[in-house]
Amino acid sequence: MHRTGELYGHFETLEQQRESASLGMWIFLITEVMFFGGIFLAYTVNRHANPVAFAMGSNTLDLKLGAFNTGVLLASSFTMAMAVWAGHTGKQKLITLFLILTLLLGGIFLGVKTVEYAAKFEHHLVPGSSFHIPAEDVSAAAAKADPDFAAHAQLFFSLYFGMTGLHALHMVVGAGLLIWLIRQSMQGRFTAKYNTPVEMVGLYWHFVDIVWIYLFPLLYLIDRRHK
Amino acid sequence: MSEHIVSPKLYLGIILTLMVLTAVTVGAAYVELGPWNIVVALVIATLKATLVVLYFMHVRYSPGRTKLIVVAGVFWLGLLLFMTLADYATRSWY
Amino acid sequence: MSATESRPAEQFPEKHYLNADYGIRSWLLTTDHKRIALLYLVSVTFFFFIGGIFAGMIRLHLLTPKGALVSPEVYNRLFTMHGVAMIFFFLIPAIPAVLGNFFMPLMIGAKDLAFPKINLLSWYLYMIGGGLALFSFMSGGLDTGWTFYTPLSSVYSNSAVAPAVLGIFINGFSSILTGLNFLVTVHTMRAPGMTWFRLPMFVWANYATSIIMILGTPVVATTLALAGMERLFHLGFFNPQLGGDPVLFQHLFWFYSHPAVYIMILPAMGVISEIIPTFSRKPLFGYKVMAAASLAIAVIGFLVWAHHMFVAGQSTYAALAFSFLTMLVAVPSAIKTFNWTATMYRGSISFETPMIYAFGFLGLFLVGGLTGLFLGTLGVDIHVHDTYFIVAHFHYIMVGGAVMGYMGGLHYWWPKISGRMYPDTLARFSAVVLFIGFNLTFFPQFLMGYAGMPRRYHSYPPEFQVLNILSTAGATVLAVGYILPIIYLLWSLRYGPVAGRNPWPSTGLEWQTDSPPPTENFHVTPTVTWEAYDFENRPDLGLDKPLKTDDSGRGHD
Repeated sequence: MHRTGELYGHFETLEQQRESASLGMWIFLITEVMFFGGIFLAYTVNRHANPVAFAMGSNTLDLKLGAFNTGVLLASSFTMAMAVWAGHTGKQKLITLFLILTLLLGGIFLGVKTVEYAAKFEHHLVPGSSFHIPAEDVSAAAAKADPDFAAHAQLFFSLYFGMTGLHALHMVVGAGLLIWLIRQSMQGRFTAKYNTPVEMVGLYWHFVDIVWIYLFPLLYLIDRRHK
Repeated sequence: MSEHIVSPKLYLGIILTLMVLTAVTVGAAYVELGPWNIVVALVIATLKATLVVLYFMHVRYSPGRTKLIVVAGVFWLGLLLFMTLADYATRSWY
Repeated sequence: MSATESRPAEQFPEKHYLNADYGIRSWLLTTDHKRIALLYLVSVTFFFFIGGIFAGMIRLHLLTPKGALVSPEVYNRLFTMHGVAMIFFFLIPAIPAVLGNFFMPLMIGAKDLAFPKINLLSWYLYMIGGGLALFSFMSGGLDTGWTFYTPLSSVYSNSAVAPAVLGIFINGFSSILTGLNFLVTVHTMRAPGMTWFRLPMFVWANYATSIIMILGTPVVATTLALAGMERLFHLGFFNPQLGGDPVLFQHLFWFYSHPAVYIMILPAMGVISEIIPTFSRKPLFGYKVMAAASLAIAVIGFLVWAHHMFVAGQSTYAALAFSFLTMLVAVPSAIKTFNWTATMYRGSISFETPMIYAFGFLGLFLVGGLTGLFLGTLGVDIHVHDTYFIVAHFHYIMVGGAVMGYMGGLHYWWPKISGRMYPDTLARFSAVVLFIGFNLTFFPQFLMGYAGMPRRYHSYPPEFQVLNILSTAGATVLAVGYILPIIYLLWSLRYGPVAGRNPWPSTGLEWQTDSPPPTENFHVTPTVTWEAYDFENRPDLGLDKPLKTDDSGRGHD
């Protein structure tokens, strides 16, 4: 496959290439929606069947960290949008700056996530053979409402780790893409005429943000009022 | 295609709205609404997601094809969720 | 065989995609969609024969009521591995990844698919997935049924479930990327003049298939990932003992796996829509309706999944709704069947090999489709659920429909792929053998199923023996029908007469370029000025020359 400048040989024009990339990215994001959709469905059915355990599990999550992280991720979406804006207006220095800011915010998010995960490991709340909820942590009412409480709480934590883990994996991939973009941006490859990669990674980054927008209330905000 | 350039001011307005909505959703979780708590949380989340899709992802300024893809994606996700949950909702023993 | 009498003899092109480069690297690192299609051709054929060997063993085993060949545990593995190899590694990729990959760009006048590197990546993902499945087959086998129902797959099975699940998970991404590539290609890579309603029906069919691939496959990937994690870490998403729900697995699984049936049959319908106009020398009847019917099947196909679960414990109301929606799929399928017949009406039909496969497809798909209506009806389904009636039904669709379409397409386009003709008489004979063998194998299964013989059992009451022997005999005939084409197609690569650009002749853009085509597909980007299947206004096809039937049986030239 030969290539002239930015144009690959099987395309006729840059416009056609850009259009293909954009369409491909959107279709990819739809597959991602369906991919997460399956887990969201599993979450819904399991939560409906085990309301007590899910409420209890949710209350062990650190709401302050969760809310902070939501803000961080939203902010990173903003800086990403600004990077795309800088691309469209051809402000090369600003592209690099906003990409670096986005990467930093993404890094903070993953750092906080690591802290949260570590706490769960410490308290034996990671599903598996060492999963354990101390009896004194289970309220009498909960134990009465759901005799098999421990197994069902493990279900909550499985979904918590599954969903946030998959999300974090997407963040790591996104961070990798950002690093790749920053390197190219520093070489001045992106101009007002050619900035498709920035735009595409932007779309991906916003999508990952949207997943978190749903994960946050579904995982952190169950039955908070009774705490 | 869409080379519509959104002003940074609009982006700033969007991000501030998103932050406010995040605060609202946290606050609403502490209000006793019975089964409506989850509804409120999901409505706010959908509001936030819509803002991100329309403005940060430029769908508002994109050609009809992109809009169609977004709508189709949401529709199919709805099919999966709705038709499965319809089974659970109508089970007499569940 | 006289390929070129009434038109000037055509030379085999000097430079084409097959000799553009040499060596194993030029194949394994190629981004040419035609070469990638051939990589797929070899690999899906391999899996077809793996699956075929398992099928042969199943049929041998069922010769006697107590089971003639293997232990019950091994029998469970045989039918599971037959299903996994055939469905995930042959039927789903077969037509899109081989014929679609090769011909979609040619048919729309593009130099390649939109993302050639992703196309190659798809093949590697397929090979990794296939490798893991083979590993599972060899290290303890797989005995969950191809459906991987929980909690059997997640708790009780003693076979190598994890590698198989991982293999299918990875293979799913191959499917997703192929679908994505096709969708973008149809949108952005069409040649000047190739408007949406000039697209050949095969392109429409692959477009509809791709929609299913990108919307359905991710869900099965999630599902299998959850089931795999449940097995490895003893979680309980689908395990009632731990708070989960096994019916949830079935919902998630069939959300993809029912539409997956349309991934198999839609491209075959596309192939048939190419073959029938060509050998009837008439435009396809109801072009726009056919295109719409393809899309309708893709969409409605997503609304019917729970008809696999009528006896699984879902709510009665959901079952009613799904039963009704199942009936709806019959509408676009019937429209297609009527339109194929109407295309042939008063056409100038000739019976070349691809056309014989197309006839086979029509008959078998009709039987398969109509028995599907039986099964979609709630009351009847409860009677025949999990019997051989089901087995016969879906083999009529998937083998009678999809494989007939695949074989037809392979014979239709072989002159373009290889630049050479195969021995026509032998090929037609083998198509008839396939048809007879198929019916002998699977028609008795309708009878046994209706009489109550359950599927997936290693033994059966003696009164079913006659039908089982008939079925096994049929499988032997069927095997001949599959092995013969391999032999003569390989033979033709070296000894077959030169086919020329447009041997049938046909109206599609793919027939305008050399056979085999050059790497860049067309020497000059073509401009399309004619409607699809417009035989009347195409003097360049040479159809005005008198019909001549020699002993090669080919109507033209």
